[in-house]
Amino acid sequence: MKLYSLSGHPSLPCYILKFKFTTIMLDCALDMSSAMHFLPLTLVHSPRLAKLHNWNSKDGNKAVEKELKECAGRLFVDSAPEFLVPEKDLLDLSTVDAILISNYHCMLALPYITERSGFSGPVFATEPTLQIGRQLMEELVTLIERVPKPHASSKWKNKDVLRSLPSPLKDAQDIWSWRRCYSLQEVNSALSKVRLVGFSQKNELFGAVYVTPLSSGYCLGSCNWLIQSEYERVAYMASSSLFTTHPQPMDQAPLRGCDVLLLTGLTQFPTANPDSMLGEFCSNLAVTVRGGGNVLVPCYPSGVIYDLLECLAQYMDSAGLTGVPLYFLSPVASSSLEFSQIFSEWLCRSKQSKAYLPEPPFIHAELLHSNRLKHFTSINGDFSTEFRQPCVVFAGHPSLRCGDAVHFMELWGRSSLNTVIFTEPGFNHLDALAPFQPLAMKAVHCPIDTGLNFPQVSKLLKDIQPVHVICPEQYTAPPAAHPHRSDLQLERQPPPSTMHRAEALTLPVRRRYERVELSPEVAESLIPMEVKPGISVATVMASLSTRDNKHVLQPLPKTPASSAKKRKRGEVLSRMPQPLLWGSVSVDRLLQSLEKQGVKDVKVESVGDGHILHLQAEDSIIQLSDDSTHIICTDEGLRARLRDVLVHLLNRL
Amino acid sequence: MPEIKVTPLGAGQDVGRSCILVSIGGRNIMLDCGMHMGYNDDRRFPDFSYITQNGRLTEFLDCVIISHFHLDHCGALPYMSEMVGFDGPIYMTHPTKAICPILLEDYRKITVDRKGETNFFTSQMIKDCMKKVVTVHLHQTLQVDDELEIKAYYAGHVLGAAMFQIRVGSESVVYTGDYNMTPDRHLGAAWIDKCRPDLLITESTYATTIRDSKRCRERDFLKKVHDSVEKGGKVLIPVFALGRAQELCILLETFWERMNLKAPIYFSTGLTEKANHYYKLFITWTNQKIRKTFVQRNMFEFKHIKPFDRSYTDNPGPMVVFATPGMLHAGQSLQIFKRWAGNDKNMVIMPGYCVQGTFGHKLLSGQRKLEMEGRQTLEVKMQVEYMSFSAHADAKGIMQLIRQAEPRNVLLVHGEAKKMVFLKNKIEQEFGLTCRMPANGETVTIATCPNIPADASISLLKNESLGSLPNPKKPRVLHATLIMKDNTLRLVPPSQAIKELGHTEHQLRFTASLQLRLPPGEADALTHLCTHLRSVLKDYSIQRLQDGSVMVESVLIKASGTADDQATQEVLVSWSYQDEDLGSYLMSLLKKGLP
Repeated sequence: MKLYSLSGHPSLPCYILKFKFTTIMLDCALDMSSAMHFLPLTLVHSPRLAKLHNWNSKDGNKAVEKELKECAGRLFVDSAPEFLVPEKDLLDLSTVDAILISNYHCMLALPYITERSGFSGPVFATEPTLQIGRQLMEELVTLIERVPKPHASSKWKNKDVLRSLPSPLKDAQDIWSWRRCYSLQEVNSALSKVRLVGFSQKNELFGAVYVTPLSSGYCLGSCNWLIQSEYERVAYMASSSLFTTHPQPMDQAPLRGCDVLLLTGLTQFPTANPDSMLGEFCSNLAVTVRGGGNVLVPCYPSGVIYDLLECLAQYMDSAGLTGVPLYFLSPVASSSLEFSQIFSEWLCRSKQSKAYLPEPPFIHAELLHSNRLKHFTSINGDFSTEFRQPCVVFAGHPSLRCGDAVHFMELWGRSSLNTVIFTEPGFNHLDALAPFQPLAMKAVHCPIDTGLNFPQVSKLLKDIQPVHVICPEQYTAPPAAHPHRSDLQLERQPPPSTMHRAEALTLPVRRRYERVELSPEVAESLIPMEVKPGISVATVMASLSTRDNKHVLQPLPKTPASSAKKRKRGEVLSRMPQPLLWGSVSVDRLLQSLEKQGVKDVKVESVGDGHILHLQAEDSIIQLSDDSTHIICTDEGLRARLRDVLVHLLNRL
Repeated sequence: MPEIKVTPLGAGQDVGRSCILVSIGGRNIMLDCGMHMGYNDDRRFPDFSYITQNGRLTEFLDCVIISHFHLDHCGALPYMSEMVGFDGPIYMTHPTKAICPILLEDYRKITVDRKGETNFFTSQMIKDCMKKVVTVHLHQTLQVDDELEIKAYYAGHVLGAAMFQIRVGSESVVYTGDYNMTPDRHLGAAWIDKCRPDLLITESTYATTIRDSKRCRERDFLKKVHDSVEKGGKVLIPVFALGRAQELCILLETFWERMNLKAPIYFSTGLTEKANHYYKLFITWTNQKIRKTFVQRNMFEFKHIKPFDRSYTDNPGPMVVFATPGMLHAGQSLQIFKRWAGNDKNMVIMPGYCVQGTFGHKLLSGQRKLEMEGRQTLEVKMQVEYMSFSAHADAKGIMQLIRQAEPRNVLLVHGEAKKMVFLKNKIEQEFGLTCRMPANGETVTIATCPNIPADASISLLKNESLGSLPNPKKPRVLHATLIMKDNTLRLVPPSQAIKELGHTEHQLRFTASLQLRLPPGEADALTHLCTHLRSVLKDYSIQRLQDGSVMVESVLIKASGTADDQATQEVLVSWSYQDEDLGSYLMSLLKKGLP
């Protein structure tokens, strides 16, 4: 059993598990933090960005200088953003049999794997994961493709150039695994490989292992995976949550007692409680709106936004701000809002029961109905006629490198009345703001990450009691932002094994058994023998047929009819194994038995720990000891008789 | 021999009151708990006294499974759980859980409020009953207890309808509920994997029918409606609020739009709007096309179909009315029917199956003078049309499902006895399976012969002697020891078993000698011997060892090199008891002499 880590980001996992002849990829998340080094894509021409200076290199390499722009002391690559894809050279990805997806945030690298590596298996995901994952991918592709950048910039990646660049670009990780975004066609092709699964659905892979998605409580349709054979169980925990938000609660009971627990996706902000962040979000927003300013919330089109809208609507009602319009801009805004309403089966109980009434589970249906919330595909089109200020705008992309959020940064950035509130935990907000500096707008950071925190993890581990724990290396030391908080790390005895990007690990699980089924005929033919109280044994001689990695014992085929034919084909005799013998033979009993066979003239000679029996008349010898017998005899008939005598005196298995 | 027992309390050689008891692996399961539309007395509910004469059912039943929300499958549920008494889990899908209490409440209202019956379940009982419901996702493997697991498959038929697989160990039963093997305008087709159950319990409503193509039926239906409306007639379509109603609404809606028709279409009030809401919220249970386009256009938002008001009944001019219930046994559909029956311009279209005892059934069997309550007779002059839009599988569909699931036995329920016999013969002929069709209260026992699972040590399966490359076409001979201890079965190599039991293996060896005519000299003699053996024993490994001996597999052959006379040499053959077959064969082979 082996595990390969293809990603170094603890919350954007990509692993490969080799288990019992199967090779299974666990998630394939896309690390988009690399986009921070690129200039934002603007839908409307931005004179400010256009006026940025080229980088001034010491050696005056014009080709490279053209690729890099300088803003507030930082360098940005002037091309379409690139993303860090999972490691491709650790092992041949075309040998992967199946991909398991745990939630829609962990699948954005899917097209790079399924369309560009020779992979030809199924991808397992729940229906909400597929639909919302599709929306995220479509949004990303649309946001990037609608602002075409003719040139790919790659000269700056030259090793010598790179060394001379200032930080942070110089320190960027794994630059050679950065790729430009995939196309819509690749998205469709990749998603056509998805096989839909429901929570707790046991799926068989080649008859060898079963993979089961279990609700993880993190987002709509999110799951952890249990990968098991009849004897070994590996649990893969991606982002999970114990907070009560809209998804179905986490199902942890089936994970108990697993042999290996791979733990990823813990909260990225262990010191930020989601509930208090939500409160801060609302109050900051209210202050800004009351002061006549506008609020921008850069966000993904699905997920936390549903909770934000619900919480915000209530808060604004109570704060007397009901009249402030909420705008939601995304190419997939309408489908995100619509789809969220039809997945009641995947929601928490209180939302689920709304569908029984029948009412839409989420409050945003009501907000849309009353025109408080309006959604648009982009700032182009109807939006300009509807647009009223002050307002709250939810728009992508949370990286602030593409999408309508970029436009609002440019529009509102120079007024201190306005506020941008960061809620998505995936991007560093200071990096996100860097290309918009200098900025008068207020920036508030309220990361809402409902992933498990360390106290929750240690409680969870006590409950699950896994034999081995494996986790990303980041979890065994305090976070960089809080180097002295030793409580913000994973501690356990024995200590967890850690992994980093492009590392392979042999799992300490030894497979000892495999399931074999005895057909009723075989079972009936057995002759059990009680060897000790409570322990019986029986010799099984049967034909083993293996199909789809499932073993069944059938009665041996009756040979005589076919043996003649076989002999012609050169198969001289059936290779039927003989039983194994155990026990020992006493000389006296042997002599008695021999006498019955008419062998009387026997001379017994004691040697060492045994005896030698000379069968005088037959000119044969039997060497006898506690654990072995040697019959030296040339007459075939007699030998067969001696053999039967001895076998009869011994125990057989 | 393990066995599965099945006893229908309802739906045995009958349609209505579906309720089937199954005993499998020591577990008792009730499949569906329905009411009978054709009776108004005790016979409307299954006879639960079959399970126990006195007291509650909880200790006799491990769980109850409801396949879909139609009342003939869930109508007796509150009676069973609250009035007879059952506190165990009741399993159903989400849409079923959502819709079932509404239909139950509707049923209760008609029975208690309109007909004035007492001793019927109350609204509170329906609520209490629904609290015992555990919802299942499609394909979720739900563990009822350590051994009993159930799994739901998509059944088409109505929103949320499911087939259920029930498994205990390696024994399993599949119960179809009602299903439809052809996708329609709003639902997909039933699907099941090749799960090879010991028993398939299937509905057989349309056991003898093979329906023509859906397209023809739809065209026929639209033509009839259109012709009638053109002539100024009124068309009554009795339907149940959920199911066929939505299907026919979609059909008429698209037709009206295409033909630009103006005659009003009404849908009887009450459940309608609510019903369409359910379809919108549970759109994941509808067919692919609707699911794909629902963001742009929701098929359940109708433009041409308006809610009906009772005062419209006598409006002049043509109209089409969908009214509940579907079998014309009560309610609005019956009221409208009574008003319109006398006019031969009007038409009633029965789109589904009607249970015996209902007006719908009487009409379909050709009666035109109906006896109403209070000894009145109603003469029916309006045209009566029957169109099978029931979403049940027809004979072809049932055969197709059997082919998909590959059961070892089939049992028919939810059909008429005569038709069942026909289908039973067909199944037995075509698949060579035994097919049963018990009547209500009759128990059928099916012997199963499950394989027995054992834990085989890896070393046993990887044993070289089995041949290193497993060839699926060539079964391998396995020699192992089964150790039975504390209810566990382990298969280990015999040598390991001997060791585990604290014994040592006893080596039995044989050595025999014989005189052979061989070329002089040890080397030449061995070369000659090898050549000969290789020509005879083609599949065997034959090696010459350094010390001047030959190994055939693990049988040792040694030529002495010296001889009494020039022509023959003494040859020793030595083998262990494990090689007895080969050893003795080699002896007889060598005795024949060398060429």
